[in-house]
Amino acid sequence: MAIVKTLGIETEYGIVHRGTDEPNPITASSVLINAYLAAAGYRTDARSDTIAWDFTDESPGMDARGFAPVGAFAPDIETHLVNAVLTNGARYYVDHAHPELSTPECADALSVVLFDRAAELIAQESMEAVNARLPPHEEIVLYKNNSDGKGNSYGCHENYLVDRATPFGRIVRHCTAHFITRQIYTGAGKVGAELPGQRTDEVPFQLTQRADFFEEEVGLETTLKRPIINTRDEPHADARKYRRLHVIVGDANPAQLSTFLKVGTTALLLALVEDDAIGTEFEFAAPVASLRHVSHDLSLAEALPLADGSTITALEVQWELFDLARKYVEATGTDKVGGDVAHLVLERWEQVLGALETDPMQLADQLDWVAKYRLIDGYRERHGLDWDDARLRAMDIQYSDMRPEKGLVWRLGLETLVDDDAAQRATTMPPVDTRAYFRGRSIDKFPDQVVAANWDSIVFDVGAEALRRVPMMEPMRGTEAHVGNLFDECDTALELLRRLGS
Amino acid sequence: MAEREQVQKPAPAERETEQADAPASSERGEEIKAELDDLLDEIDEVLETNAEDFVKSYIQKGGQ
Repeated sequence: MAIVKTLGIETEYGIVHRGTDEPNPITASSVLINAYLAAAGYRTDARSDTIAWDFTDESPGMDARGFAPVGAFAPDIETHLVNAVLTNGARYYVDHAHPELSTPECADALSVVLFDRAAELIAQESMEAVNARLPPHEEIVLYKNNSDGKGNSYGCHENYLVDRATPFGRIVRHCTAHFITRQIYTGAGKVGAELPGQRTDEVPFQLTQRADFFEEEVGLETTLKRPIINTRDEPHADARKYRRLHVIVGDANPAQLSTFLKVGTTALLLALVEDDAIGTEFEFAAPVASLRHVSHDLSLAEALPLADGSTITALEVQWELFDLARKYVEATGTDKVGGDVAHLVLERWEQVLGALETDPMQLADQLDWVAKYRLIDGYRERHGLDWDDARLRAMDIQYSDMRPEKGLVWRLGLETLVDDDAAQRATTMPPVDTRAYFRGRSIDKFPDQVVAANWDSIVFDVGAEALRRVPMMEPMRGTEAHVGNLFDECDTALELLRRLGS
Repeated sequence: MAEREQVQKPAPAERETEQADAPASSERGEEIKAELDDLLDEIDEVLETNAEDFVKSYIQKGGQ
């Protein structure tokens, strides 16, 4: 049965350190994050460092199909790197060789957009803070993209809480169809392709940054042989009740509507899957090839082969899923799928599919791939360039430059769904309607007593006794409605813990 | 898989509304085109000066 959808996204930013002979992206990411933490007033003294991320409960090697593979272990190799928890409930850390910002747990798609925009503002403040400290000829620049155009990719992952009782095979079947076809509005756009042997004249421009990097249908990997459905089974919540669907196939989107639809439609689809409300099954004959074909097809008309021998287009699948979702919401309401925001998801989903069907260029101020294509193709035509011209590749990268004055996307005036004042507040204030509220307020009010935190617990040091761990296994508990007054009334962490009864 | 037949059928009523809105959307399209022209005029100032070097030097380590 459908459960309330808690959701969030985690974005790895591209990072460049200019003006130095031997740039090291890991070091650059660390100094960047530390500069932000210092500038934003987080505790960064040498003795206690920042509030640490607690890896105790992490097990990214657990597989949703029910087995733990050989060689899977918690990422303790990373624990020496910067890994901070922010007062808005987010996590800011170095992952692989990138700075990564995870939104706090959100209760609806609009909240995800708000906290993703807050993450962009944090990224910008981080650049300002670190560049003020670097010698004048050096600069650290972030990019909200997913590929360097040379075969190296980094991700923007989505997370959705789903009912443990839902058969995983059912999730795989329906989500595969959605992930292949939602690319028509979630793609961030890319000049050229990164498949071995693929020529630029065959794929001058494609819908997504990421599709070229997926080689499997289902699997545990996130960095090699990436699968369309990732099976990491690490719910960060009560594992008897919940699963966390970890989605690695999407792009990082500067366009707010792209992010909104990406997470909003997927959360809706998952509720339908949980309630077994999808009669139609789109079983693709070749999912990996279809994922690429959709991404490479700007006409959106590619006939994709299904297992039963028939064909279907991405738009047709999306219209069908939209119709099912609309009927589902009419029949069961929006309690499990983000309340009124679900109506906005349906409204925009329908509007975008209609526009994609008639003339995608109508969406040049709304969706990333359309905006990027329009800009780069316009430049190409004006200057009479071929698609393999380096200037067009440069524009692709520069589209996602996080510096407000340099990033092309910021000059396009794309539609926004959240205002920047609210997003600025969200850089420090947690969402009020998930457990991120408890995490954020704890760190804000009792920074000296919180010694570690992670998604599903917080560890307090309240004096001589042993450290006290407060578990948060229910993502929708610990909200402002539950504990807001408690935080207002308690002057010490000890009092808070007493009143919580832990 | 009989349900798929429905997909091939003409769109439901709501989509026709979408079609009826098309002229307005085209106007918007013209506006966007004019804005794009303005943008292309000003964009040369901010574009990376040596595109070839910039593209070459944009190298990232693989992540997730």
